[in-house]
This record gives sequence, C-alpha cells and structure tokens, in this order.
Amino acid sequence: MSSTEALRHGRPAPDDLPPLLHGLGRARFANRRATVVTLVVAAAALIAVMVTGSAFEHAATQTDFLAKNLPPGPGHLFGTDWMGRDMFWRTLAGLATSIRVGLLAATVSALIALLLGTAAALGGRRVDAAITWLIDLVLGVPHIVLLILISFALGKGYWGVTVGIAVTHWPSLARVVRAEVLQCRAAGFVEVAQKLGRSRAQIAVQHVLPYVLPQFLVGLVLLFPHAILHEAAVTFLGFGLPPEQPAIGVILSEAMKYLSAGLWWLAIFPGVALVLVVLSFDLVGTRLRRIVDPHSAQD
Amino acid sequence: MGQWIGFGLRTLAKFALLMAAVSVVVFVLVSVSPIDPVQANVGQAAYVGMSEAKRAQLASYWGTDVPLAERYLNWATALLRGDLGTSLRFNAPVEQVIAQRAVNSLALMGIAWVASGLIGAALGVLAGVRRGGWVDRLIKGYCFVLASTPTFWLGLLLLVVFAVQLGWFPMGFSVPIGKSAADVTLADSLRHLALPALTLSVIGVSNIALHTREKTIDVLESDFVKFARSRGQGMRTVLRRHGLRNIALPALTLQFASLAEIFGGSVLVEQVFSYPGLGQAAITAGLGSDVALLAGIALFSAAFVFTGNLIANTLYAAVDPRILRGRRS
Repeated sequence: MSSTEALRHGRPAPDDLPPLLHGLGRARFANRRATVVTLVVAAAALIAVMVTGSAFEHAATQTDFLAKNLPPGPGHLFGTDWMGRDMFWRTLAGLATSIRVGLLAATVSALIALLLGTAAALGGRRVDAAITWLIDLVLGVPHIVLLILISFALGKGYWGVTVGIAVTHWPSLARVVRAEVLQCRAAGFVEVAQKLGRSRAQIAVQHVLPYVLPQFLVGLVLLFPHAILHEAAVTFLGFGLPPEQPAIGVILSEAMKYLSAGLWWLAIFPGVALVLVVLSFDLVGTRLRRIVDPHSAQD
Repeated sequence: MGQWIGFGLRTLAKFALLMAAVSVVVFVLVSVSPIDPVQANVGQAAYVGMSEAKRAQLASYWGTDVPLAERYLNWATALLRGDLGTSLRFNAPVEQVIAQRAVNSLALMGIAWVASGLIGAALGVLAGVRRGGWVDRLIKGYCFVLASTPTFWLGLLLLVVFAVQLGWFPMGFSVPIGKSAADVTLADSLRHLALPALTLSVIGVSNIALHTREKTIDVLESDFVKFARSRGQGMRTVLRRHGLRNIALPALTLQFASLAEIFGGSVLVEQVFSYPGLGQAAITAGLGSDVALLAGIALFSAAFVFTGNLIANTLYAAVDPRILRGRRS
C-alpha cells in the first residue's frame, strides 16, 4: 500500500521499504526462504518431540522415590516432581500428547471450515444466512465456556476436549474460505470452464479447490497452535485429558499444588515448552500467510 | 431517531433469537452428558449400597426420568420467569449464586478491561509512531509472545514470582483465610485482586496493541496528517489534534468486542488463583455435574458477550450511520 502510494505522490519510498523493481523480488525471495527455513525447523522439532515423547512415555511416568523434588540439575535437566518422575521426559511426553490432540482437532476443525465455508458461498442465500448465524452462535459464547460444556456433554476425557476444539475453532477459517470461494466463482476462468461444458464437480476439483487450498492450509497451520493452547487450558481446568496421561495441562494443574512448597520448576519448564511450540507455529503460519495473501504482507 | 428505533428492535430480536438458541444448545449439551448426576453427587460408594427405590427417588429429584424436550420446556418457562433453578453444589438458587459471583468476576474483569485497554492502546500508538524502529519491534515481539502464552500459565508464573518467592501477594482467594467477612478491608480485597487482575490485563494487551498500531499507521499515512506535518506541526501535536480521535474509537470498539476473550481468560485466572468468581463456579459446576448452575453461567456469559458486541456495534453506528440502515458489510 505504502509503496504504491509513494509512487502516486511521486516521492521516493521511505527507507524502511525495500527498493522497488528488482529489489522487491529479492526481498520477497528472502522472505520466502526464511519462511521455508522456519517451517522446516518447526516441523522437524514437532516430529522430534512427537517421536521422542511417545517413545519414552514410560520414562515420563516412572516414579523414583529416592529422587523426589529435585531441582533442575545435571541428572534431571528439568528436575523431578513429588513422585520422583523426571520432568524433562514428562514435559516431552506431555508435549507429544498435546500435539497429537492439537493436530487432530485442528485438522477436523479446518475440514468443517472448508465444508461450511464452501456451502455458505455456493449454497444460496438461505444456507449462507444459516451458516453466518451458526458462526454468530459459536462466537456468542466464550470459547472456554463452550469447551467446558461440550467436554461435559461428552463425559470429559480425550474425546471431550478433541471434539470440543474441533467444533469451536472453525468460524474464522470458514469466513476466509467463504470469501475465497466467492472470489473464485466470480473469476473469468470458472466462467470459461462452465462455457466449455465442465461439470460442477470438475470445476470444484480443478479450479475451486486449488484456488482455496493455499488459504486453507495457512488457516490449518494457524489453527493448530490455538488448538494446542485450548487443549492445555481445558485439560488444566479438569475437563480434558485424564490425570494419568502426561499432558501439559495435567502437569501444570498438578504443579499448582506444589508451587507453595517452592517447586517452581514443575510449572516453568512445561509452560515454556508449550509457549515455544505455539509461538513457532504461529510464526510459521503468519509467514506462510504473507506469501499466500499479499494483502497481509504489508507489514 | 426512527433509524435508532429500528436498530434497537432489530437488536432486541437478535438477542432473543440468540439467547433462545444458546439456551437450547446449552441445555442439550448439559443433558446428554453420560455423567450421571445422581452418581456424581451421591458418590460411588453410597450409590452402590443404595436401594432401588432410593435411586428412583433421587433420579426424579434430579429430573433424569423426564424426557429431554419436556425437561427443556420446563426449564425454559421457569427461565422466562427469572427462575434458573437450584444449584446443587451451592445449595442456593442459581440466580443468587450468579449474582454473588458476578460481582467478584466483574470487578476482576473490569480492572483488566480498563488496564489492558489503556496500556494496549498506548503501546500500539507508540509502536505505530516508531514504526520499523526497535521500540516497534520490541512491542510487536512482546505482543506476539503474549498471544502464544496460555493465560493460566502466566498466572502460575506470576504466582510463583510474586506470591511464593517474593511473598508480596497472597496465594489466592478473594479474602484472607480465617477472617470473618466483616473484618475484610478494602485493602485486603485489593491485595487479593492484584495478581489475577494483573494476569488478565497483561494477556489482554496483545490484541489491542497490535490493532491500535495498525490504526495509528493508517492515520499517520493519511492525507490530513501529511498536510498537518508539512505545515510544520510536530508529531505530538498531530497525534493530539488529528490522531487520537481516529485511533481511540476503534480501540474502544475492539475492547468491547473482545469481552468473550476476557471472560474466557477470567475463567482460567479464577481457577489459578482460587478466586471465587463466575468462572470458578462454572468449573465447580461442571466437575460436580451441577447442571442448573453450569447452564445458568453459560447463559450469563452469552448475554455478557452479546452486550459487549452490542455496545461495539452501537459505537460503530454512531460513527457510521450506514449501519443503522442495516447495510452491514
């Protein structure tokens, strides 16, 4: 925006903007490369955490009453808890659990968004109004309250929290998908395809899907950190994963009882680990969106 | 004037429709739960040793033997009369529990709302003015990290630092333990409110700061600001004369529209600090299968969020009269 405006006013672009013409391409390429690097690093870290966390789950629940309440040190990097469980392995296993739930919930939620967003765009005015109203309904109750209700309805536990996140997180992405499909339908190439006698299904698969896919994938990536955050929150409140499962929410809610005894490491490390995962995927999602949607790239 | 009446009527209809839908959804959700209220409240051991007749009596007391639709109608008609039922956990009418708890929650949320709004807007303006500089980057980074931080974990962190290690603030609750209600001073209450309010304020800053930053940049790039600057006005004067009005209203509107997030955050914060507000009551109700209270609080939260959105829309309408004619984008 600012660079075109600078052009219109016949002034040189301010310093903080990349030079126009060839310089812009280079800047964009650099941005793209940085994005790919962040994406690869984040994905690799994700896989590493999932593999090690799942593989060493026994280490996360193994108790050792000779090594209770140890502060962080060489033997136990993140310390141990009141049952002598190693907090490093517990954190890893907890992250792995959270990531599994987050991936599943975010994917299902994104698919709901794709379905409802497309339906809203193509289903006629009534369907559109109904879905818009459904979005208002879902957003009309605070997420946490809705998650508690859904989790309660499903009898808590793994499915309670996963389904809860899946059915509450789709509205924003559904709006994006709806706008994209509407834009695509109005595009010339779809009209040409129709004139050429392509069926609706063919148009949907060959033209609409590739058009929507980039935004959809970015939306999926951005949903994932949200899903993890809410899973941890709901589990922390006692409506999510069961206490015997090592999950970040479980670890932190257990840690609460021991904070006054000075066992600060029970809360610090699992929380930092969670923030790092969420932050890196937020970053990846935002960077990807800049490439896919140049309108959001002004900054 | 006529436009405003139309706007009001439309809003009222919307509210009624939304609350009706929310009440159905909430009621179905709390009713289909496989967690048997009898078993959850009586306890496993007592339940097993209980006679069949006693179980039937309890089931009718909790209303589990009536069909769902009928139960909903009973509940909804009572609801319209302002009767939300009886809380089983607190052994009091639900509306009474909510009223009592809402005072605590609203105090907490009110402080956080004002503080996060003021600090967030200030940071946003600062970042926007210093766009691209290190101050901007610092504020942006700070907001980004905050957006990824779980509210409850931040609460735990502040608890560890200020209550456990430094001992400046109490560990939780809204009043000192063991003190009778009459002896509690305002200072006591404030000391107990400080950490929860701080947590909630810090988390709330992120959104408003980023939004205000965008707005500030937009305003600073507008023609009237450029003109004012070219006439030789300093940045401060420009901001005071032309910027703040354009920046403050969207910020205020956003702050009203984000009541859902503040409410959600307060649920988590109240649980961390054992603060006796609505959120903590909702959790107690959910864990203890106190269906009436859970449903009541859910309805309250929906009405709360709706009010926030309504104020936001009204503010918009006051600025942009096209909204009054119902042509919302």
